[in-house]
Amino acid sequence: MDKARDTLLEWGDWIWSGLRQLYACPASALGTTIFLLFLLLALFGPLIAPYEANQQIVEDARQPPSPKHWFGTDHLGRDVFSRVVLGARDVLSLAGLGTLAAVAAGTIIGLISGYQGGWLDEVIMRFFDSLLALPALLLALLLLGSLGGSRNSVLAVIVIVYAPIVARVVRSVVLSVKTKSFVEAARVQGEAFWYILLREIFPSTLPALAVEASLRFSYAIFLVASLGFLGIGVQPPSPDWGLMVKEGRANVTQTPWALYFPAGAIALVVIGVNLISDSLKQILQVPSQLERR
Amino acid sequence: MAQDAILEIEDLTVGYQQGGVFRDAARHVSLALPPGQTCGLVGESGSGKTTLALAVMQYLPQEGRVRQGHIRFDGRDMTALSRDEMRAIWGAQMALVPQEPQSSLNPSIPLGEQVAEILRRHNGLDGKKAKTRVLELFETVRLGDPERVARSYPHQISGGMLQRVSVAMALSTEPRLLLLDEPTSSLDVTTQAAMLDLFRELIKARDTSMLYITHNLGVVAQISDRVAVMYAGELVENAPTVDLYRQPLHPYTRGLLDCIPKLGENKRNVQLRPIRDRIPPLDDLPEGCVFRPRCPLAIDVCYEYPPLYAAGEGHHTRCHRWEEIAAGEIDARQPAPESAHTASPSGKAPPVLSMEDVHVHFTEERSLIDLLRGKKKTEVKAVAGVTLNIPRGRTVGLVGESGSGKTTLARAIVGLAERTAGEIVLRNLALPPGLRKRTSDMLCCLQIIFQDPEEALNPYLSVGETLRRPVMRLRGESREEAERIVANLLESVHLSADYAARLPGQLSGGEKQRVALARAFAPNPDLIIADEPVSSLDVSVQASILNLFDELRAQREIGTLFISHDLAVVGYLADVVAVIYLGQLMEVTPADAIFDPPHHPYTEALLSSVPLIDPEGEQMQLRLEGDVPSPSEDVSGCPFHTRCPRFLGDICVEEVPPWREDQATGKRYFCHISREDLLAEQKRAFRFSESRNHTRI
Repeated sequence: MDKARDTLLEWGDWIWSGLRQLYACPASALGTTIFLLFLLLALFGPLIAPYEANQQIVEDARQPPSPKHWFGTDHLGRDVFSRVVLGARDVLSLAGLGTLAAVAAGTIIGLISGYQGGWLDEVIMRFFDSLLALPALLLALLLLGSLGGSRNSVLAVIVIVYAPIVARVVRSVVLSVKTKSFVEAARVQGEAFWYILLREIFPSTLPALAVEASLRFSYAIFLVASLGFLGIGVQPPSPDWGLMVKEGRANVTQTPWALYFPAGAIALVVIGVNLISDSLKQILQVPSQLERR
Repeated sequence: MAQDAILEIEDLTVGYQQGGVFRDAARHVSLALPPGQTCGLVGESGSGKTTLALAVMQYLPQEGRVRQGHIRFDGRDMTALSRDEMRAIWGAQMALVPQEPQSSLNPSIPLGEQVAEILRRHNGLDGKKAKTRVLELFETVRLGDPERVARSYPHQISGGMLQRVSVAMALSTEPRLLLLDEPTSSLDVTTQAAMLDLFRELIKARDTSMLYITHNLGVVAQISDRVAVMYAGELVENAPTVDLYRQPLHPYTRGLLDCIPKLGENKRNVQLRPIRDRIPPLDDLPEGCVFRPRCPLAIDVCYEYPPLYAAGEGHHTRCHRWEEIAAGEIDARQPAPESAHTASPSGKAPPVLSMEDVHVHFTEERSLIDLLRGKKKTEVKAVAGVTLNIPRGRTVGLVGESGSGKTTLARAIVGLAERTAGEIVLRNLALPPGLRKRTSDMLCCLQIIFQDPEEALNPYLSVGETLRRPVMRLRGESREEAERIVANLLESVHLSADYAARLPGQLSGGEKQRVALARAFAPNPDLIIADEPVSSLDVSVQASILNLFDELRAQREIGTLFISHDLAVVGYLADVVAVIYLGQLMEVTPADAIFDPPHHPYTEALLSSVPLIDPEGEQMQLRLEGDVPSPSEDVSGCPFHTRCPRFLGDICVEEVPPWREDQATGKRYFCHISREDLLAEQKRAFRFSESRNHTRI
């Protein structure tokens, strides 16, 4: 029981010190604030949004922003503010889960491929090269064409598009670490394959991995939105930002706000996450380098 | 004299700005260098010697600044010169030979052109004249086949040749002052000896002055007229070379000299005395004399900052008690280490490891283009037939230059590199080539210590975790028991138990190597392979690690294979010495016999190349021509015949030499020349002078 509390406290400390470091520089402070704001929207959206996502208020259709409808209403009379707020959960969870899965898959593949080397590495890497040769969106279109548009297939697409990129980053770190003496010392002491991979090598990939994961997350948000916009991702009437941009575009002359606000939300989240990613590079350094400063 | 000096440094303080505060990396340094003389600047890392050189060159980085004092070059105050004025001095009158020629030469321009560019710019030569001049310069630095070198790119020639090119580059404008920053530290001893010859010759011919920076006390003894010793940013002693080595008047200089084994010394008759503690960080300097906390002679007066006392003709020391030291009233040596007498018992011991004709051949990977062209696989014979025994509880030293295959042999023994032929037997267990087939019994018995302490420990695991693991896994101990053993291990490497909680980033280089030693000793092995365990450490740390290593080995009766490029260190520590060249053993000899003839000609060349830590010592001038052949080439007959100074003729090229034995000493060597013939031609390769400094216990 005590132990669980200790771990929890340790985690608390860890998050707290992480936040403190993020707030140390103005750019990452801004990024973190933006991201935390959207995280709050995703978590407590239904409590914040004044209306239901698909609630049509016919008499208020095509209203510009006003105290009653902060972001105005769209051509069907839906409250844009409520839809943007409620859409945050979808976008963030889809992109978040997808990124997590892609990072997990990419890490495992990158670790094995890099450490094992030889023909296995060669086969995996050449296969990834051929995947990466296609533009991400094109690949996504191809895959969704065969999988059909749904939440799960968007998830699968994120994993397939981003796992190879993560794998490459991890592999390059593994290649530089696996010849170091501490790894060889572990081998000489007869450590098992998985122990060496996870305990000796994996920690060294963490800084690069964290930066890459945050970057992938922002691209995943972008990808989810793009797929929605193209009409092959999440299907209407869900309050997906990409979908809203698509519908807003059709009515841009009458209700431009229905286009600008969801588009702005996408841009804001992506910028916020990118700002965090930039400063992660500086914050996450090898402990030894930190100590010397 | 000060008027004549080409370089005069006066009360110089150089600081680096860090977070708004200046940290002074060099403080109150005064130094004068007369024309045509060489001044050696010695010190360990962090002593400020490179800062001093950068300040002289006006190459200080943005955050660095001369805070006080003057640097006069040829009577002009350098600190007052503008960048434009400096440009006329850089290269033309003052040149720097850097430590790593690989990183200071442009990889994409042919070497000849890189030197010609300087000639065209500084000396105003036209293209054609510059080219001929380049060839002349390459000839001066004794580069064989200058035309080919001039056409080559840096990656196409060896490190020794590159260093010659960068010397030629520095000389091209006939500068009056040459700053050399560890120019031979990355080279093999045989190449180093040839470079030192070259420097000596060049000064004599051109009256150039040199400031020679190094950590190697042997090199300084051999090359310089005077020596300046730096410690923690201060110049602690400055004297004519002969005087300094005869009688150092600062306890730090004394300490440095007692840290390093000299050629011919053995642990049986000499004990290394490490300097206690470590160099203070710049932001926490001790009050008074900067060496006080480590000094065996520190008394109350040492809490006052010592002036630079003039102790004799050109002999300066920053020690309050120099007169007592000079009179021999007090002993400036560090206290002798407490460790028990570690000499191995005499007599035969059964082998703990025996190697029989071990080969390690690598096949180089072919690129796709090579494959399409049908190029054959090239085979590199890193180890080509080594037969050697390591007796129980004894130390076998393995000496060789870079590329000799010594590290590959070590890796083949522990299984990190797979041998391609031959047998290795550990006690009574035949070791399979690869690690995967080895049982934990075998792994437990055989451990390795690596060269670079910075890489030896996982930066993310605490010291405790690193040490606990082998104890629990290979010895099968419970966690509580393992914690206790780890505490004992830490104690045995003289670290306190609270180090278990630290991360490697919080340790110094020497402490990391101690932990690495503890890890290797953790599974109670019978055999330890030490691959250059001290060569990346400072000398004062080196001594304590060597002592510790030998103490642990003796306590536990562990056989060791001690690999090093340093003949003095190997001769000091080992019971048996094996000399390796191009993957083959040249000589295997009891350690006390290695310094006396008959020698294998290669050993002889090594012995006459090691810079003696004694400016008055005598040494043979035997130099090897050319470079070590690439291990992918097939050398017929004797592998050493391409460079052998005692080359006999066709027999050496065509026939593999026999192993001959010197009955009197038990020395065995691999050569066509008989014992009698060698004895008739060879003398002892070196002899120390008889001054009091060189006798010690």
